Amino acid sequence: MFWRRRERPAEPQVPAEPDVAPVAPTAPEPEPVAAPPMTVARPRREAGGMGLRGRPSGLGARLRSVFGAGTTATDETWDEVEEALIAADVGGPATLELVDAARERFRAAGGRSGEDARRALATEIRDRLARVGSGRFELGPAPSVILFVGVNGTGKTTTIAKLAHRLLAEGHSVALAAADTFRAAAVEQLRIWGEQLGVSVIAQRAGADPGAVAFDAVAAAESRNLDAMLVDTAGRLQNKQQLMDELSKIRRVIQRRLPDQPRHVLLVLDATTGQNGLLQAEAFSREAGVTGIVLTKLDGTAKGGVALAAADRLGVPIVFAGVGEEVDALAPFDPEAFVEWLFAE
Amino acid sequence: MFESLSSRLQGITQRLRGKARITEADLDAALREIRLALLEADVNFKVVKEFVGRIREQAVGTDLLTGLNPGQQIVKIVHDELVATLGGERHHLGLDGRPAVIMMVGLQGSGKTTTAAKLAVRLRREGKRPLLVAADVYRPAAVDQLVQLGDQIGAEVHTRPVGTPALEVARSGLEAARQRNHDVMILDTAGRLHVDEAMMDELVRISGTVTPSETLLVVDAMTGQESVRVAEAFHARLPVTGLVLTKMDGDARGGAALSIRAATGLPVAFLGTGERTDGLEPFHPDRLAQRILGMGDILSFVERVQENVDREEAERAAQRMMENRFTLEDFRSQLNQIKKMGPIGQLVGMIPGAGAMAGAAQEAVDSGQMTRIEAIIDSMTPEERRRPEIIKASRRRRIALGSGTSTAEVNRLLKQFVEMQKMMKMLSGGKLPRMGGGLGALLGR
Repeated sequence: MFWRRRERPAEPQVPAEPDVAPVAPTAPEPEPVAAPPMTVARPRREAGGMGLRGRPSGLGARLRSVFGAGTTATDETWDEVEEALIAADVGGPATLELVDAARERFRAAGGRSGEDARRALATEIRDRLARVGSGRFELGPAPSVILFVGVNGTGKTTTIAKLAHRLLAEGHSVALAAADTFRAAAVEQLRIWGEQLGVSVIAQRAGADPGAVAFDAVAAAESRNLDAMLVDTAGRLQNKQQLMDELSKIRRVIQRRLPDQPRHVLLVLDATTGQNGLLQAEAFSREAGVTGIVLTKLDGTAKGGVALAAADRLGVPIVFAGVGEEVDALAPFDPEAFVEWLFAE
Repeated sequence: MFESLSSRLQGITQRLRGKARITEADLDAALREIRLALLEADVNFKVVKEFVGRIREQAVGTDLLTGLNPGQQIVKIVHDELVATLGGERHHLGLDGRPAVIMMVGLQGSGKTTTAAKLAVRLRREGKRPLLVAADVYRPAAVDQLVQLGDQIGAEVHTRPVGTPALEVARSGLEAARQRNHDVMILDTAGRLHVDEAMMDELVRISGTVTPSETLLVVDAMTGQESVRVAEAFHARLPVTGLVLTKMDGDARGGAALSIRAATGLPVAFLGTGERTDGLEPFHPDRLAQRILGMGDILSFVERVQENVDREEAERAAQRMMENRFTLEDFRSQLNQIKKMGPIGQLVGMIPGAGAMAGAAQEAVDSGQMTRIEAIIDSMTPEERRRPEIIKASRRRRIALGSGTSTAEVNRLLKQFVEMQKMMKMLSGGKLPRMGGGLGALLGR
């Protein structure tokens, strides 16, 4: 049984950092992939701008009623704006800050109408997003190692496939690394994607040391001079310190071989996540040095407002938005479109 | 970063110190904090509104309970209402039919496959023979994942070749379960968005074919404001019977459970904790309520006070204090009540923000100071306890000898008692003794 599940290290056990980098198996035996691993395609849903599909009952509609043409902005207007932002998971403190700042803008600009208020809020959100960086994703000189981190079930593996697809389409050389050696069938999931995309997947058996996989990945990226090596990691809840330590170790293993890597550490954040998203952002930044946020599952009704608060708090940009099941459903994050999405009808 | 409700209410509690009745403005301030705390816990804002309305109704005109400050009482009202909303009784799986079908549904990444395996472990422990059916035909390696989990826990997994439609996997799974004499079939389905009509239709067709006796909606504890809409959408299309709240080993407050329960009436069946296959717990409403509020031990404190304070005794003391007749006798009976509640440091430590005082109180107990205070009071005559002002030099010497202390200690206690009486006069607007205040003054040095 090569997939036997490895128990995660017990609580007090801090993973020892090897003095010598873990030795990669000389010939990583190719694992037999049973049956043709393709999956059934889902029925495709039609998409709007940046792939975002507005919902009639979303924040946009609420704000539209608040900001109705010709209305005069009152305290009540702002209360409703506050509520709408809360409903979009922006969170209490961030909402209050945003609304205060928007009101200040509104006053300074001599605003009167609901539309003026809407514009003040939109400008405030845009400015805040712009302040933390453009969010444009630059690969940089080869090789680039990109580490994907996040809690369980946010869509790390799917996002990797989508980004690989995107980079391939831009003509880059890409490989994937399966450093999620923990979750059942996580390696297989990445392998299937590798096969579908026609890129190689660096993997060891399930249960292997993720640091060793990361080491292999860096070695492969270097020796093949790949433009991008996308490293998948196991989902982990940010309050589990020994698992977070494992993540910093993966990071160090990469850094030891290539000091200016990983170039990108992308936090994959689920748009349906509520205020815990802030704790996630803080912890993963601390342990893994997050450089950008990928906001996934924006094709539902959840607005992903916590990403706004997280980006603002950590000073890192949102770089991509996951907007569907399809492999091409990953859009570079566009603050303008996001504000539109928040206001969409 | 997230403040607990009790620490949020602390400012209000301090302002209310000594007040016997909560004014409308005080209540408004408290309710504002409650609202923020619930929103931080990801309770849906509409649910919060209704909920806060109900709290207001209950808090208005509530008599203050002995020994609890108004802030704590509000916390208690909130807690009780939360428990009531979450539902007191446990949800027992209804396993009708042979096989009884349990269908797992939910958004992507909520933890359906892991929960399916955990449920199988649980049912096997209860002597059932569950068959796992892998009908997530969309996510790459989802079937492998269930097969591997089944292998770990020693449960059979029904799969069909790649390319088989989910409905067919489910139908053939049911047939296989019948043939192989499984009494339960756990059907894993692909994660899907509630607004994805085609995918929701698929679930409706599967449900119509296998007629589940339980349809469990698997919800991530970290879910934010959308939880209600998601649950309503699944509930509207499918005969959902209960919730499983997953990733409860994280530090999310889990307000989604309250939101969904309030909006749909669906009971929480299980809580998923951890990635091990035994991490599935039955649901306890009070524990979740405390978690949503981030209340720590405040409730056990509240309950202990309720259990141990002799209401009539406390009211008598209050009456006396109001009439400015609070004596050393009353004080001793207060001390006795506090002692009944258990180790005092632990007790005071349960009061949010009282860490420093807890240290001082514990020290007083450890150093035997508390016992000495009692001994001193016990060595007084009833007359002396009622009228301490009659205790002059010779009485002091007698009391010191009788209690095995020194006249200096007797002097200190008397002096502090006088100060305490003065303080109580200052709180003349209040009807009730502030245990913490009086005791704090005595333990001050």
